[in-house]
Amino acid sequence: MNHETESMNQGRRDFLGAAAGVSAAAVAPGVFLHTPVANAAPRTDPVTDVHRWGLLVDTSKCADGCTACVDACDSENGLNLQAKPQGQDELKWENQRAVWIRKVKLQDNLTGHVTNLPLMCQHCEHPPCVDVCPTGASFKRADGIVMVDRHTCIGCRYCMMACPYKARSFIHEQVDHKLTRAPRGKGCVESCNLCAHRLDSGDVSTACAEACSAEGHQALIFGDLKDPLGSLRQALAKTPSRQIRQDLGLNTGVRYAGI
Amino acid sequence: MAEVMTKGVLLALLAAVLGVGSAAYAEEVGGFVLPSSKAAAVENCVEPTEYMRRNHFELIRHQRDKTVYGGIRGTSHSLSGCVACHVGYDDAGAPVEIDAEGQFCRSCHAYASVEMNCFDCHATVPRGESWNHEVAAAHAHITGSALMGPTAAER
Repeated sequence: MNHETESMNQGRRDFLGAAAGVSAAAVAPGVFLHTPVANAAPRTDPVTDVHRWGLLVDTSKCADGCTACVDACDSENGLNLQAKPQGQDELKWENQRAVWIRKVKLQDNLTGHVTNLPLMCQHCEHPPCVDVCPTGASFKRADGIVMVDRHTCIGCRYCMMACPYKARSFIHEQVDHKLTRAPRGKGCVESCNLCAHRLDSGDVSTACAEACSAEGHQALIFGDLKDPLGSLRQALAKTPSRQIRQDLGLNTGVRYAGI
Repeated sequence: MAEVMTKGVLLALLAAVLGVGSAAYAEEVGGFVLPSSKAAAVENCVEPTEYMRRNHFELIRHQRDKTVYGGIRGTSHSLSGCVACHVGYDDAGAPVEIDAEGQFCRSCHAYASVEMNCFDCHATVPRGESWNHEVAAAHAHITGSALMGPTAAER
């Protein structure tokens, strides 16, 4: 795919600022952004491979300029609590701050067709980040979620180099405000964990997919790749989809339709 | 023989005095539980107090692997459970960071001179609603002396 031109969505920065303000105002008085599922039971037995979690992204439904998934992920996982260090350049901070999901805008130079899609950790079946990790901190959980054990991570960033999708983020600055469900510390690497805290509590959903549905776009479908009757597999059976960088043979858990 | 016996008796007396002294001293080294925390209203911790004093770090260290690799969150040994129960509240009912000066963790760790870096990464007050549901449900009725209901930070 040599006709791709990746350009940062310029409006995203302003949108993020405004959205951060809105979500801060919404969260401040204690408003629930996500109601925990009733009767959801937190797991007491170790996770097994009976499920394999994945996502289907329908890029034709992904709206230009919309950052609902990004904002939802930021507030769900405490990424909007990161503070720019005093005196640092704004643009440099935008580049450095941890982001688990980002919007990518592609344009076909020949036809002029524009595609929008969210890009996050692809949760590969054969993750390069796991292969290269010197400490074994980057690992694939039994249910297919690729994540980092931040107790073991030494912050070498080899996984960031190895990832074909630029999914991993390094925490450069001390984090003063953390959510209980999303620990975060300077010197470690992290990435999208498919909202594992929700899944472990019995709530089968991710913040991004939920926000996209709430916005009315329904571009993100989250589900179990091993459940033939589930919504994800049904959608995958109907819509032609592919992996980004399919040539690498990583068998990602995140599939894209329309690219 | 009499001399040895006298020495023995004196030694025994000395040991008894020291023993009583140290027992009394051990009772003083305690009471780090803040009166405003939920823990103050509960008889003992998730394990007996003496066990927790000596072994809490083992529990934390092994539990973290179970949580990260096994996804286990419904357990009494979770760090978030510790924080939620032991965090103190100020007069306004807002939780005070648990690793702050004079708070639960710091007061004992400063005394024992053991560095604690859990809270470089982990939240120092209960924040966000999807932490340990079982512990929350089990302790929902406990209010501690100052707290009346879940604060904004706990929700």
